[in-house]
Amino acid sequence: MAKSIDVSDLNIYYGDFLAVEGVNMTIPARSVTALIGPSGCGKSTFLRSLNRMHEVIPGARVEGKVVVDGQSMYDPAVDPVEVRRQIGMVFQRPNPFPTMSIRDNVLAGLRLNNKKLKKADADDVVERSLQGANLWNEVKDRLGKPGMGLSGGQQQRLCIARAIAVQPQVLLMDEPCSALDPISTSAVEDLIHELKTDYTIVIVTHNMQQAARVSEDTAFFNLAGAGKPGRLVEMNPTKKIFSVPDQEATEAYISGRFG
Amino acid sequence: MSATQQSVQEHIPLRHPRLPRWAPVLVGVASLALSGILSLALGWHVVPWVIVALLLYVLILPGWSRVVENPRAAKDRLMTSLVWASLGIALVPLVSLLYKVVAKGLPQIDGNFMTYSMRNIVGPGGGVYHAIIGTLLITLAATIVSVPIGLLTSIYLVEYGSRSRIASWIRFLVDVMTGIPSIVAGLFAYALFVLITGTEGIHLGFGGSIALSLLMVPIVVRSAEEMLKLVPGDLREASYALGVPKWLTIVRVVLPTALPGIVTGVTLAIARVIGETAPLLIIAGFTDSVNTNLFGNAPMETLPVFIYYSYTQPGVDASVGQNYAWGAALVLIVIVMVLNVGARLLGRLFSPKSGH
Repeated sequence: MAKSIDVSDLNIYYGDFLAVEGVNMTIPARSVTALIGPSGCGKSTFLRSLNRMHEVIPGARVEGKVVVDGQSMYDPAVDPVEVRRQIGMVFQRPNPFPTMSIRDNVLAGLRLNNKKLKKADADDVVERSLQGANLWNEVKDRLGKPGMGLSGGQQQRLCIARAIAVQPQVLLMDEPCSALDPISTSAVEDLIHELKTDYTIVIVTHNMQQAARVSEDTAFFNLAGAGKPGRLVEMNPTKKIFSVPDQEATEAYISGRFG
Repeated sequence: MSATQQSVQEHIPLRHPRLPRWAPVLVGVASLALSGILSLALGWHVVPWVIVALLLYVLILPGWSRVVENPRAAKDRLMTSLVWASLGIALVPLVSLLYKVVAKGLPQIDGNFMTYSMRNIVGPGGGVYHAIIGTLLITLAATIVSVPIGLLTSIYLVEYGSRSRIASWIRFLVDVMTGIPSIVAGLFAYALFVLITGTEGIHLGFGGSIALSLLMVPIVVRSAEEMLKLVPGDLREASYALGVPKWLTIVRVVLPTALPGIVTGVTLAIARVIGETAPLLIIAGFTDSVNTNLFGNAPMETLPVFIYYSYTQPGVDASVGQNYAWGAALVLIVIVMVLNVGARLLGRLFSPKSGH
């Protein structure tokens, strides 16, 4: 069920402003790809363009091709809603729905799409998703309680459970651990390790150690200069990026010397 | 360098003399007493007594504080007393209004008053049943007309047209509508129904509802718009990322999250129009009989109109009619209060749960 993603000559705009320029990349299936780079270099923008969340922002648009499983995602005949059902997303800040219980949050993706679920099936989905997100043991006795009552780390794992409950083929994560403490971070990283057997995962992170720990491949984005668009500098297996990167700029960034 | 070192070593006192805890109470009692002596000596009424006491309080407490404490504390005392004084002044009309209405209206309220109309009644023995029915029906119909229009408009303004030119035009026109004098709304509704039915001098309850909804719609639009704007964009994105279409996101995520605020806004709008008199005088008319048909060409009495006529044309025995007016005023206030409390409870029921 996991799919690979081919990106070619992708330009991403906010109105007239070119934010990301000329990205070519192949994201392999059933593997974790990390996107690193300084703030404002377009990592999150690029990530959001992978499931057409980018265009939610007024004036935002994309040029170029993103091909998932042989289908061009920006084809005029493609419904962005369908794309998002197959490519899930986890955000930087945990955002459970405040009006819903833990159980309803997990089922939100199915329920909100007006799917009728039998109670037994719904119970299965809830347990499977929460197990998958390493949250089941912590919340199984209070599924009816509001999702907002959980701690930040638990909320983030709840959001991951919510994202995998709809069984997407790809999971995009936009700095999923930046608002979490080290223990919750480690829980989410363990989870990423488990999930990659089933899902294609793309993760944006500012934490170099995290990229090294969780990913198979790493892509380094950088700005060409102040006010210029961000671009992909280098994409290579993580081991290579963190030992002998092809580009000098990558090495400078990874070793803490900006240049 | 040596200067900073010196200032670090210098002893900075953190303890200052403070007025005792009971100082404000003492000054309050003292100013009341002082002003009381003055008013006894000069034969003042209650109002100047309280005003002079207030002035004395505002002068004495900061003055004392200035002598014992420091200028900053004195300013703090001054501002604190002014804030409390303003609160007190703002409460005076509210409390006195409620007191007067309850004192004059409560003796009127009995089973007879609540269940009889004024049909064939001159003098005592009548009631406001017909006016309660009219007010509830007309306001209910006005709510049913204006809530969908107002809510859908605000959804358009926030979710679809947020930055478009048409949205800013709608916002402007809604603001203009907020300022429409209510009597003009009544004239509009009258003219509208004369055009539709061709009957000059038409009276009907639903016309009153249309006039009231003209006044309600802008309030609902603006309050619902503010509430929808408060829903975090994160939640919309979370929903989109699950593959939920935009309209379902609005219906299932945005509206429930904003619901308590929207309910409050609608209640405020109802409270605003339920006491309207002028437009209803024109289009709903007045009658002494019960009328439950909103759509027939027959006048329908409402509480504000009842109050107006009972007070201005009380009939043979003026005191009886005026007592009716006070009783009806109390009923109207109670209806508004029940609505407010009901809306609070509803809002609490639906509000996002924190889990604590």
